[in-house]
Amino acid sequence: MNAIANGSFRRPVAVVGAGPVGLTAAIDLAQQGLDVVLLDEDDTRAIGSRAICFSKRTLEIFDRLGCGERMARKGIGWRVGKVYFRDRLVYAFDLLPESGYRRPAFINLQQYYVEDFLIERACELPNLDLRWKNKVVGLVQNDEGVELRVETPGGTDALFFDFVVAADGARSPIRAMMGLETKGRVFRDRFLIADVKMSADFPTERWFWFDPPFNRNQSALLHRQPDGVWRIDFQLGWEADPALEKQPERVIPRVRALLGSQIDFTLEWASVYTFSCLRMERFRHGRVIFAGDAAHGVSPFGARGANSGIQDADALGWRLRLVLEGKAPDRLLDTYDAERVFAADENILNSTRSTDFITPKSGVSRTFRNAVLELAKDHPFAQRMVNSGRLSVPSTLTESALNTPDCEPFAGAMVPGAVASDAPVRCAGRPDWLLAHIGNAFVVLYFTDGAPQDGVSAAVREFERSSIEVRLLIVTRPNAFAGSVSGITVVEDSDGLCARRYDGRPGTCYVFRPDQHVCARSRRIDAVWLRDAIDRATCAGALTLAKEVR
Amino acid sequence: MKALTIEPNMGRPDDFYEALVEAHRDLTDEQSQALNAALILLLANHVGELEVLRDALRRARKTVTDNPPR
Ligand SMILES: Cc1cc2nc3c(=O)[nH]c(=O)nc-3n(C[C@H](O)[C@H](O)[C@H](O)COP(=O)(O)OP(=O)(O)OC[C@H]3O[C@@H](n4cnc5c(N)ncnc54)[C@H](O)[C@@H]3O)c2cc1C
Repeated sequence: MNAIANGSFRRPVAVVGAGPVGLTAAIDLAQQGLDVVLLDEDDTRAIGSRAICFSKRTLEIFDRLGCGERMARKGIGWRVGKVYFRDRLVYAFDLLPESGYRRPAFINLQQYYVEDFLIERACELPNLDLRWKNKVVGLVQNDEGVELRVETPGGTDALFFDFVVAADGARSPIRAMMGLETKGRVFRDRFLIADVKMSADFPTERWFWFDPPFNRNQSALLHRQPDGVWRIDFQLGWEADPALEKQPERVIPRVRALLGSQIDFTLEWASVYTFSCLRMERFRHGRVIFAGDAAHGVSPFGARGANSGIQDADALGWRLRLVLEGKAPDRLLDTYDAERVFAADENILNSTRSTDFITPKSGVSRTFRNAVLELAKDHPFAQRMVNSGRLSVPSTLTESALNTPDCEPFAGAMVPGAVASDAPVRCAGRPDWLLAHIGNAFVVLYFTDGAPQDGVSAAVREFERSSIEVRLLIVTRPNAFAGSVSGITVVEDSDGLCARRYDGRPGTCYVFRPDQHVCARSRRIDAVWLRDAIDRATCAGALTLAKEVR
Repeated sequence: MKALTIEPNMGRPDDFYEALVEAHRDLTDEQSQALNAALILLLANHVGELEVLRDALRRARKTVTDNPPR
């Protein structure tokens, strides 16, 4: 470890693992101006059937990182799901019944495309040093930094970093190198996934079957992907032989039984998987911070794996930057741990409940499950109990230590800890989206009827002298305020949805973290309140304790 | 905490009891199980309060665990 002190190769951050989570983390950090090294043992993107459902929140994060449009254009947007029991439709649900969001509830897009587009974006960032065929084989950390031993085609290197983000997947070699564990429940069930190419005119919806005639006593799921590919999941049960079941001779008749004899298809990919719900006790271990599948695992029902991992990266980027730049104390990183453990538990709870509904573990639970499905056909209350996967939505971090509690009553969902809701706006005369103006720095959103009052600009201007970047965003009624204020973005609430979603009135103000979470709100702004809110959201006030011992 | 009503709350308990047993007439054990499950779900939704339902679940379980099979 002497070399840590001596220098040689040293950078602020390494991200290990160029899966969706590591790529997101590296792009975010590089976009914020840090020099980042991204290491991956492989030189290919994901192959075969992995994630396909990417959530609205993931797209919003990708928008902030400059690649959301690319994903949305290639992906297939959807929001309606249908649930069948045996041979009858039980009910249909709509995940985003309201309009006025830039992004749909979900897109379906093969994970390899997501990774391709992220890699493209990564390559645009000169301070992101992406190194394929670099396998991390050793890790040592001390007070000064982290040393990684990396096997490369040219031999073994020792590289030094202030922090390491471990996004090295479910089997996380780094977790093993550090002697850490991940614990939880392993489910005794097997699923076959078959990706088939066909031209079928099924609508773009998620179809889920409980106990269908073509897969008795088990479940099945059908999803459309780009390029005329369809994903079919067949539940097989624990007794199934995985090697046998993925043979095309076995897979093709199963698919045929679902599709009927009229539809021609070709099999693109088939694999059999099992799953577990696991998490590490803590995600932060000194200078090594775990994210994505390395930190936690969920069952695929609910599409919470990649989506939640991408949210980990979203939560980590701005914190690491502030800590590395000496603008926030080290313990800001502990709040990453607290928030993401909370989110992981929520995801695990949801995915475990779905799994227990889909695969009842006892006779009586099957009886109740079937009763729910029978009732759901004409009893709306039972439809709410049907659980074929509670699809990924971001956690509302109500318990976060970074939140400033409300002092006045507010209606609606935008509580401190919530992810900012999108809404249509007009900016410089053109249609635009609210979220496009929130993120990457702290943003103060201020609702007004006319010209912004002096108090606001004064409160925000205070921060020009501070080290933390704070931007002001003014939301006005349509046509209420033409013109611009230098250096301040003004948007018009063209559809009134900003005011509705944020319970905004003239004078209302919100503070957003760089990851677009609400951290404070008030009916009137003043400089002291704003200072306190941002201090709290950056763990400041303890800056003198920056070197505190962990 | 809201508690389950355990004082008499039904005008005609004998009529209800008869109707309950009658509802199961000619059903196999399996069908009866399914009927009971549906009935519990319907009534639970009518009650609505999770606290009250938890109290009912606890009381119902106690009738079984306090009297282990001999
Ligand atoms: C069938 C299936 C369906 C799924 N569907 C969905 C879905 O619809 N939606 C969803 O959100 N999620 C879904 N998931 C989960 C999703 O695929 C994972 O959560 C996601 O890939 C995790 O991303 P990650 O970046 O954390 O890890 P990974 O994608 O596993 O990436 C880890 C990377 O680390 C690299 N690496 C490992 N060890 C080293 C080392 N020693 N040195 C250097 N590099 C290393 C690997 O090469 C790899 O590139 C699904 C999963 C499966 C199996």
